[in-house]
Amino acid sequence: MVNVKNISKVFGGIQPIWLFVIAITVFFSFMSEYFLTTGNFMNILVQTSTIGLIALGMTYVMINGNIDLSVGAILALSAALAVDLQSYGLPVALFAAISSGILLGALNGLIVWKTGVNSFIVTLGAMIGIRGLVFIYTEEQSFYAENFAFSDFGISTVASVPTLGVIFLVCCLIMHLVLTKTGHGRNTFAVGSNREAAADAGIRVGRHMLVNFMIVGFFAALAGITLATQMGAATPNLGRDYELWTITAVVLGGTKLAGGFGSITGTLGGVLAIGILRNGMNLMQVPAFYVLVILGVILIAVLLIDQKVNRKSGQEVNV
Amino acid sequence: MTPIEQTESIGLKRKLNRVSFKNFLTTQGILIVFMICLAGFSIFSDRFLSEENIMTVIRQASIVGIIAIGVTVVIIGGNLDLSVGSMLSFATVLVVDLHDKIGPTNAIIVMFAMTLLIGAVNGFLIGYMKLNSLIVTLAMLSAIQGITLIYTGGQNVDIANQDSTWFAFFGRGFVGGIAVPILMFAVLALCVHFVMRYTSYGRRIFAIGGNPTAAVYAGIRKSRCVFSTYMISAFSVGCAALVLGSRVMGSQNNVGQGYELLVLAGIILGGTSLMGGAGSVWKTVIGVLILGFIQNGLLLLGYPYYTQWLVTWVIIIVAVWLDLANQRKRLFTSHS
Repeated sequence: MVNVKNISKVFGGIQPIWLFVIAITVFFSFMSEYFLTTGNFMNILVQTSTIGLIALGMTYVMINGNIDLSVGAILALSAALAVDLQSYGLPVALFAAISSGILLGALNGLIVWKTGVNSFIVTLGAMIGIRGLVFIYTEEQSFYAENFAFSDFGISTVASVPTLGVIFLVCCLIMHLVLTKTGHGRNTFAVGSNREAAADAGIRVGRHMLVNFMIVGFFAALAGITLATQMGAATPNLGRDYELWTITAVVLGGTKLAGGFGSITGTLGGVLAIGILRNGMNLMQVPAFYVLVILGVILIAVLLIDQKVNRKSGQEVNV
Repeated sequence: MTPIEQTESIGLKRKLNRVSFKNFLTTQGILIVFMICLAGFSIFSDRFLSEENIMTVIRQASIVGIIAIGVTVVIIGGNLDLSVGSMLSFATVLVVDLHDKIGPTNAIIVMFAMTLLIGAVNGFLIGYMKLNSLIVTLAMLSAIQGITLIYTGGQNVDIANQDSTWFAFFGRGFVGGIAVPILMFAVLALCVHFVMRYTSYGRRIFAIGGNPTAAVYAGIRKSRCVFSTYMISAFSVGCAALVLGSRVMGSQNNVGQGYELLVLAGIILGGTSLMGGAGSVWKTVIGVLILGFIQNGLLLLGYPYYTQWLVTWVIIIVAVWLDLANQRKRLFTSHS
């Protein structure tokens, strides 16, 4: 079962990633007068919500000891459907977009469950294949939303908080409660810690993993819709490299690649850390090229620190 | 050979003969699928099996193939390298840009030095610092792409006098009627295959990938071996950049984007396990060629370009699935 020490570490003290978030917030507040404003924080919230939504589902899959590389492609397909099918009415388009994500997630999960092929390989194949599907479906064209209600939604606010940010925070809360308070959440940790033991304990491991792949598919599709509402358009290359940023955020948040350990609060911290770094460096007028390098260096630095702190974490390759 | 060894080897031969057909079907399934594909394509397109077309396909596949050879060594050692795509962008931009500034010879030397330096960083972090290879190479993917963009300032680079430089030899030249990229691919494949198969170094890499703890207890210096696999991977990227830069005589900043996926697809299709400790360079060559021929065949039959990605999706999973099913002697897992 779950390592008790790890749990107390998560809920007892502040997670390291949140210390990092606080540190960079203080740093950028001194570096830029525009940083520490309500408007800018709303910006950061909206900017991080896309990757953040996917990261919520990815956390579940990664605690399971699996990985999903196909989220960027699912996002692109969902965005294309949500924009292109608006001629049949907005509800139809949104329904089609969300179901495409859930179905493709279910397909990934079913293959992982039934064939036993490593999820890295299954979703790597899906990442290539679904991206091909997007290019074939869109015929390599961009779609523009003709329904203004769709694009207006992306800039709308609820009680002066951007709607997309509210959606993200509500999803965070739900996913946090499911992970910590329900049987499904406990099973997620159990399956990730020791798959065989979980199966022996009567958990239906295959079905369980299937559900988690459907969850991440759902969130990837939802992120596709929110991203399309922000742009009022969908391009076939949308969401490229998003799987990398999502995995980066989840790992920064303390979820172990080997599975069995992680939290939604940590993932939220990881997502915010990346968002604040990008936003803050933008405000400091650091060229975008340098941001890529700095983020890469920070990720490696976090790994090094993590290894020094938990020397016995036994984090070996799991793929 | 002592008598005992002789009898053992005879017994082994008999055993092999008895199961050979079934064995061949199950272990070389991907080769059979490959043959069926080739036959199917050649029925529907009379150009498919022409010598010219075959040479074109192998030539196109050679860049992915050269990188895949290096990455195969990394994967056999139990690690991953996702940074090869960005490294290819970086190396190609570097060699093309420096060609006009310091001459081809110096450009090639600097390019290999820098590429090997990146390989050394990868190898140091993963081999000596024992960090997770997936995350480290993911971070390097981002960082190297950033470095490439900083270096070029976002501009594309190209070589001014494309007809008057011997640098064209690597991508456009022919030796004895065979294109140089194909020769480089073949020579590199043979060398690395020989090293992995017949030298103690190769066996050490297999041992580390198969069971790191046992390998360390057996006295293998794991850190050094892992480090060396990333140097081999970086060297192969350097060779690929040579071919790519010389063929195009110019480079975009993101020319290598997505190559890591094609490389992994070829390796997985060939049957090298991502768990490490198993696989071979020979299989990777087959895997890369299969992808190349399928891409070419689908285009000749008039399907949209991206159909090949869909087909890649299906065959990767089916190939690995059949391999697993063969190992556990049943098609599906027993999980409920």
